[in-house]
Amino acid sequence: MATIKPIFGHNTANRHRLLLLIVLSLLLIFVDHRSNWLDPVRLVLSVITSPIQQLANLPPSLIQGTQRALQDRDALASENSRLQIEVLVLKRRVQRLASTVAENARLRELMQASDAIEDQVLVAEIIGVDSDPYRHEVILNKGRLSRIYRGQAVLDSDGLMGQVIEVGVNSSRVLLVSDIAHGVPVHVNRNGVRAIAVGSGTLDELNLIHVPYTADVVEGDLLVSSGLGQRFPKGYPVATVTQVERDPGRPFAQVKAAPTANLDRSRHVLLVFSPDSVEEAP
Amino acid sequence: MVAINRPNWWVLGGSFLLAFMFSLMPLPPLLNSLRPAWVVLVLIYWVMVTPHHAGVLLAWCLGILQDSLTGAVLGQHALALSVVAYIVYLLHLRIRVFPLWQQCLTMLVLVGIHQLLNLMIMRAVSIVPWSFWYWVAAITSALVWPVVNLAIDWASGARKRA
Repeated sequence: MATIKPIFGHNTANRHRLLLLIVLSLLLIFVDHRSNWLDPVRLVLSVITSPIQQLANLPPSLIQGTQRALQDRDALASENSRLQIEVLVLKRRVQRLASTVAENARLRELMQASDAIEDQVLVAEIIGVDSDPYRHEVILNKGRLSRIYRGQAVLDSDGLMGQVIEVGVNSSRVLLVSDIAHGVPVHVNRNGVRAIAVGSGTLDELNLIHVPYTADVVEGDLLVSSGLGQRFPKGYPVATVTQVERDPGRPFAQVKAAPTANLDRSRHVLLVFSPDSVEEAP
Repeated sequence: MVAINRPNWWVLGGSFLLAFMFSLMPLPPLLNSLRPAWVVLVLIYWVMVTPHHAGVLLAWCLGILQDSLTGAVLGQHALALSVVAYIVYLLHLRIRVFPLWQQCLTMLVLVGIHQLLNLMIMRAVSIVPWSFWYWVAAITSALVWPVVNLAIDWASGARKRA
């Protein structure tokens, strides 16, 4: 039979091919892990993959769309009135903020400190969530075409969400603050005590590391980004302290905090363009 | 099983596109950890049915695509998928004649190998928390194998008849 021969022929050919591909994969892994030389390759691949991502996200957004279309009039009316009240409350706050900002600028002038420039922002939509439960990453619908850069800070309405780690042509990947590999320099809003908030791998918890035993941190403290490390813009809320444990047996206090951003609920996010943004590897 | 030697490229492409979509679709956290490894299953199907057309190279290309889709380090899924494809290639004549339950057990092992290779690479390049739930995907994959098998069989058959 003619089928016997090719089986053996193919067998060795396939084995050689496998060995070659394994070596190639290991090489790729090494290079991609140690450097960012492969970023152009990822950029090209993103042209193929971002349509797939958008397709995969179609069913949930369709469901949401029909839900909105089928909402009854009463629900919409009540939502509308609730939103109007919220707008009123927020507007009042903005009024006070305007005068505070002006006052702040005057004081800064008096102190001859450099003026804080207001950050530019861009609104983007989350089009995908990483399906791996151990990576806290989301995918946005803006990319290099919208001048997104690696390391850019991402916010939602309530606080800091994370940073851009990979930029495609028309999509980008964001590492959330709760990812186990993410850290953000913060300080306590009340008194300026500095710390670093690292992700814990669960969406609703951050850990503050290297907090001295005697540091003045109490439950309920608001942590804001400190701008140290020159990655994140200064002054955005990051988390509120939920638990402080001072165990004499350990060198540092154990401080846990809950992120203020709605990491698992936001659909629209803000990308902040820092005035002195420099593109660099995270 | 439809005994075709040449894959229907439309069905092949479509099945992989669907597999990618299913593996990316956002799900609630509980279901998310139960998500079967769709791409691996579809790949195993094609290597098993048309071993001379779908092989290690196809697996590697799909793996690179999956790396880019999931943001993993480039080469991770490529390596895991090509190893699985090679094992299936060696065993395809045997797997074909297995009864369905035995095929399911084979899937358990194959997807398990895939998960293990992935985990090894992930642990080499970053910090990964240890969790039992990571391995559940192998079990759910084995459970959905009959569905994948029948669905692609049916699609190939339907296109052949048309």
